[in-house]
Amino acid sequence: MVAIRAESLQKKFGKIIAVDNVSFDVEEGEIFGFLGPNGAGKTTTIRLLTGILTPDAGNVTIEGINLGNNPIEAKMMMGVIPETGNVYVDLTAKQNMYLAGKYYGMTKEVLKKKSEGLLSHLGLYERRNDHVKTFSKGMRQRVSIACAIIHSPNILFLDEPTEGLDVQSRRLVIETINQMNETGCTVFLTTHNIEEANKLCERVCIIDKGKIVAIDNPEKLKNTFDETQSIEVSFNKKVKRDLFASDFISKIDTSGDKWLLYTNNPDKVVKHVVALAEKNGLRIISITTCGPSLEEAFVRLTGGKE
Amino acid sequence: MSSSVFLRGVLVTAEKNIKIYYNKAPVLIFGLLFPLFMFFAFYMGRKIELSVFLPGFLAMTLFFTSSSVGPLITPWEKQAGTYERLLSFPVSVNTVILGDVVAGSLFGFIITSVVMIVCAIFLDFVVTNIVVLVVAMILGTLCFASLGVLLASPSVRSPSHIMMFSSLIRFPLIFISGIFIPLQELRGTGRILSYISPLTYLVDMFHAGLGGTSVFPFAVDLLVLIFFICGFLFIATLFYKRNMMKGL
Repeated sequence: MVAIRAESLQKKFGKIIAVDNVSFDVEEGEIFGFLGPNGAGKTTTIRLLTGILTPDAGNVTIEGINLGNNPIEAKMMMGVIPETGNVYVDLTAKQNMYLAGKYYGMTKEVLKKKSEGLLSHLGLYERRNDHVKTFSKGMRQRVSIACAIIHSPNILFLDEPTEGLDVQSRRLVIETINQMNETGCTVFLTTHNIEEANKLCERVCIIDKGKIVAIDNPEKLKNTFDETQSIEVSFNKKVKRDLFASDFISKIDTSGDKWLLYTNNPDKVVKHVVALAEKNGLRIISITTCGPSLEEAFVRLTGGKE
Repeated sequence: MSSSVFLRGVLVTAEKNIKIYYNKAPVLIFGLLFPLFMFFAFYMGRKIELSVFLPGFLAMTLFFTSSSVGPLITPWEKQAGTYERLLSFPVSVNTVILGDVVAGSLFGFIITSVVMIVCAIFLDFVVTNIVVLVVAMILGTLCFASLGVLLASPSVRSPSHIMMFSSLIRFPLIFISGIFIPLQELRGTGRILSYISPLTYLVDMFHAGLGGTSVFPFAVDLLVLIFFICGFLFIATLFYKRNMMKGL
């Protein structure tokens, strides 16, 4: 069953088209990644999907409920961690969770039980009665997540959930997303972190200048461009770029003291590099074949912007 | 949307506002001290009958307390980055607006009641019509809390801008509403201006409730205040919808 359906969404701000005819379906229980460079329209799209913004054209359906016609019913189905969605710093972690729960009509007993479990899971139990203003950014984000999932939503929207977090908080956030998904929750997340999207998402959608440029599972997207495979090699001496000239190599880059040779035929390039080393008296310090990368596919699809 | 979900949203928003923005020592102290300063500033040393001054003074207290914090809530929320989270909850713009109005009304009602009790203890005045007084307080707090919310509708991120804008609108009202010069004595432009101020009708109702002479019949005061409440809420809703994303 389709959990989220976006149909021909369009949103303009003045003369700028922020979202241009965007359509996609997200299946129930799926983790769906929404990637794009800065200003591509990710946040506007998530605001349209969560009912914070009204589209100029198009429709959003949440679990079969038309968001435009029944916004409150649709919002009851979702938990949202907005991009600028800070929690109330003058309230405690517990008060923030209670506030969120009350909006969803949860009773005090259920709220008590649910909040205690979440506070423990997110490592905030000891600090539950402290004002959020005394918390670090990572702890605030954990409170934000707790507020978004307090009512066990069917769909969880996360806008850049790990942006600027320390490693521990980032891991905890990812672990929580995975746990929610294991219980059947559909996850829609926007992220800049392509590696994170690669690991977490079953499908990713890439948006650029308000338009969808690709939508598929990460492995298929990686293979969209044959040349996203590469050989990484370093020698004991400096060599010139011209040395590698070959029909099998589509692009040559450097990364520190290493050369990156992009190809659709790694086997031939490895043999070519070994032959070159022998011929020119070079010693190979390291040589690695790198599989197709989602990052490279992303960069190509979005015209070289990250 | 069912009415129970709507009402729940309004009450939770009001509770949130009271906890975060009203239930603060500086706000409460200012709320109580402000009428005291007003009393000293405009009553002490002047040869004015208490029965003439008191209705205007109480109306002024209610007016300033009900409309004091409302204009700042949305700019504060936008500045703190909590507004988008608030809108992501199962609420509509109307829910948020009414929640702000309910919180402002309660604050205004409580502070005005305390001031009224203190006045009753220390000053010699008679309540001639308690029903009129209570209706006036309810309608007045709703009206001026709605005005406060309307003043927040430009929806900028900077509370200081709204503060200036709010003062620019609110302060002139006290001079054209029969507080310092009784309505009966107002002539010409002053009289015409007084008709467009909602505060005029509240002052008039307080006069009726506290044994003074009212200019308008009770029904007129009542209907005009209801009209202003509806008007402020309607315009606030339009502006809020238009400026929702402004300043995020």
